[in-house]
Amino acid sequence: MKNQKCKGMQDLLPEDMLRFRRIEDVFRTCCCSWGYQEVRTPTLEYLHLFTATGTLTPSMLSKVYSFLDWDGWSGERVVLRPDGTIPVARLYTDNLSGQELARLFYVTNIFAFEGTGKENRERWQCGAEFFGGAELAPDVEIILLAEEVIRRLGIRNVGLQLSHAGLVKALLKELKLSPGEEAKMTNRLLEGNWQALTKSKSTNPEIDRLIAALLGLKGKSSSFLYNIKAAFPKASQDFKSSLEDLIGITKVLDNLGCSYKIDIAAIHGFEYYTGICFQFLAAGEKIGGGGRYDNLVPLMDGEDIPACGFALYVDYVMKLLPPEKEKKGEAEILVKGKELAPEILETCFTLAESLRDAGHTAELDFTGRKESNYRWVVLVSGKAPSPFMLTDCTRRRRRDAASMAEILKVVSEG
Amino acid sequence: MKDYRAGYIKLALPKGRFLSPTASVLADIGLGFNDYSDKTKQYRLRSTRFPNLSAKILQEKDISIQVAVGNYDLGICGLDWIEEFLVKYPAGSLVKISSLNYGEGSIHVVASAESGIANLNDLSDGRNDYRIVTEYPNLAEAFALNLRMRRFRIFPVWGAAEAYPPENADLAVLWGKSGADIATQGLIPLKRLLPVTAFLIANKESLENKDLSRILTCFSSRITAEPPTSMGNGLDISEELKVSRPLWQAKEINLALPDGHQQAPASQFLKRAGLALQGYSEESASRRPSADLDWLGIKVIRPQDMPLQVANSNFDLAITGEDWLREHLYRFPSSPVKKLFALGFGAVKIVTAVSQEMPVADIDELRSLVQSGKFAPLKVASEYINIADGYLRDNHINPYKLIPTWGASEAFLPEDADMLIDNVQTGKTLTQHKLKVIDVLFRSSACLIANKNSLASSDRREKMEFLTQKLRAGLR
Repeated sequence: MKNQKCKGMQDLLPEDMLRFRRIEDVFRTCCCSWGYQEVRTPTLEYLHLFTATGTLTPSMLSKVYSFLDWDGWSGERVVLRPDGTIPVARLYTDNLSGQELARLFYVTNIFAFEGTGKENRERWQCGAEFFGGAELAPDVEIILLAEEVIRRLGIRNVGLQLSHAGLVKALLKELKLSPGEEAKMTNRLLEGNWQALTKSKSTNPEIDRLIAALLGLKGKSSSFLYNIKAAFPKASQDFKSSLEDLIGITKVLDNLGCSYKIDIAAIHGFEYYTGICFQFLAAGEKIGGGGRYDNLVPLMDGEDIPACGFALYVDYVMKLLPPEKEKKGEAEILVKGKELAPEILETCFTLAESLRDAGHTAELDFTGRKESNYRWVVLVSGKAPSPFMLTDCTRRRRRDAASMAEILKVVSEG
Repeated sequence: MKDYRAGYIKLALPKGRFLSPTASVLADIGLGFNDYSDKTKQYRLRSTRFPNLSAKILQEKDISIQVAVGNYDLGICGLDWIEEFLVKYPAGSLVKISSLNYGEGSIHVVASAESGIANLNDLSDGRNDYRIVTEYPNLAEAFALNLRMRRFRIFPVWGAAEAYPPENADLAVLWGKSGADIATQGLIPLKRLLPVTAFLIANKESLENKDLSRILTCFSSRITAEPPTSMGNGLDISEELKVSRPLWQAKEINLALPDGHQQAPASQFLKRAGLALQGYSEESASRRPSADLDWLGIKVIRPQDMPLQVANSNFDLAITGEDWLREHLYRFPSSPVKKLFALGFGAVKIVTAVSQEMPVADIDELRSLVQSGKFAPLKVASEYINIADGYLRDNHINPYKLIPTWGASEAFLPEDADMLIDNVQTGKTLTQHKLKVIDVLFRSSACLIANKNSLASSDRREKMEFLTQKLRAGLR
């Protein structure tokens, strides 16, 4: 039969959903234990929320699903949410801006067109956002929270890369490009073409050396940043203050024993970052990332409130989950009706209800198919003196039972 | 799977602005078609030289889409319509082969002289909500996104984009011969997006699998070094450019009048109603005619564009067709536009028609035929895509595919579409093209439409009533 699924969309089958829920559960538990509260934003948002300067890059904007709604005669376009952070910042601005501090988390799907149709056009994210708060501490908090989620999911060999949007912006400024050229260069960098930065020679050889050093070297502790600070004393004030910010964060991470790599190129796609940026890599894929975006809320005409956050890319994390240890989602007990007679149906439904009330999972079957993977199977014939036959599939034992109470007792005793 | 062995090659040729130059180029390179001239009434043409080559004359806007979907192997049309398609569907099956080096003017982004916009930086820095009017909504959107305009709304129009600024739009993306030519229309050219030259295009799959070499060889003498076709960066705004500002003043009540076929009967109607207008007759046509009522502003635009413009309060009243009002309301059910009364001219029927060969007499038989799988999906060509969509859904025709057209839907049948939904006056054209009507959707004629909020406004009510009463007097 022809596959009727929309191009670029994905189905999540029962076993996918088990892994999906496992990620969601771990994520939710971790967030709650750090004091974050769950929110959910609508699938449709206005396009202008995302066209505001400094939110999405033109190349991302050209891939959003935008259209006119049924009442779109005013020309106001809506989009299928292309990003998780911007709607949550909008939610905060609209509803919670009176709060000095808000820790929010979400599990959501995002939509972006992908030309070949081989990659997903609908993807899932687990994200957390921190609005307000003092400098430095929230940055460290979200990195540690993301790390904890990844650790509890049992994913190994995950690399953490750190960068800083302020450093990149300061370097771009030093190149003294025209506004048009600077915008183009920013686009190239956000699309991952960092070599463009080395090709664009500045008039100041020290800047070229600084760019070469930052692109070529990958430090593993705050010492690296101290070295940069000492080796390039003539760097601009903007560069130095961003460097201080990153030094502050890395020092805390060093003391907490959190390992990372400093890679200036670890910023991708989003234009709204203003401070630290980070991404998690495993098996060659980016499985999550985040950073500081202090201008986002003000850009939405909200108050001047700092913010930072991260998201885990569920589709990639799912591929890396260690094999399932827990139950496969099938019921523990199968209640089988011997035939489709009304009194047998009634008995089966009543028995299954009693089993569920007692905390067991019970599935019904009237097809006579061969059962598999159940702990117990109860065959209901309805004929006295023993209307039930109970099979213990683990011990491979079979016994007759006279009443539902007897079945409940045996099953509960295990 | 297509059969590539048969060797039939289909070429889509343009109507309108590129017809004459294309016909002479084709004759020059030995690819002439007998009936390809301004006077032809034919849509289908056969090559005088290659028995396996056939061509069809289509609206330019349709050619890039038709080549991309594979109904034609090759096509010739303006670069503007090709880019309008490619900017939205870059992964599609359309391949640009070469410029044919004829054509005129460019597509420009222009600003109204009144808007206070002098260059592109004003747009990206501004926090305003810019209204962009254009026949090229995809190019306009790409332009606005690339420029990181914070907030903008795009109003697609069927034509006359230059008539909208300053009061009804801040920016327009439109064709202009040159920057100087645009300036004479009271507009400031901000950026030249692309030159409008004729281009040879091909369907990707045809190019990969089919032998088109004999035809392509004919073009080889025309395929030379390409002129720059990408979106240039240079602003062609020069110091000397003198922008002539049209005399314009905000009016209390604004009325839109139709151009094209509807203009002559509308003009006669207004004369009968006793509304004296200057600049709305065949002898002196202006985009802004004037009336002897000093509070009334009048503009001449396409009837297709009026309902959306009235909904957005750019006009309080407009004379358009009931067909276009319905088309608008099918798309935007909550739109604040309503019909006041029919004006008694421009009567047409909106019909569904199929090839005379198709063994169906009505829509019920067609439904059965589609259900049997013979014409599944049913390909329906229409310039009223929302009416067509609603009609097909209401009649449980399933599955179907809509092919939007820009008029002359009959040219699509039977090769490129199975059914059309279009307007007819007498039905003669349909018979000439061996088509038959199987259903009448509704009858439409010119009508007066109004913005509901204007009707309810205490400031305007009196003058609105005065004007509608005056127009009512024109009814015979």
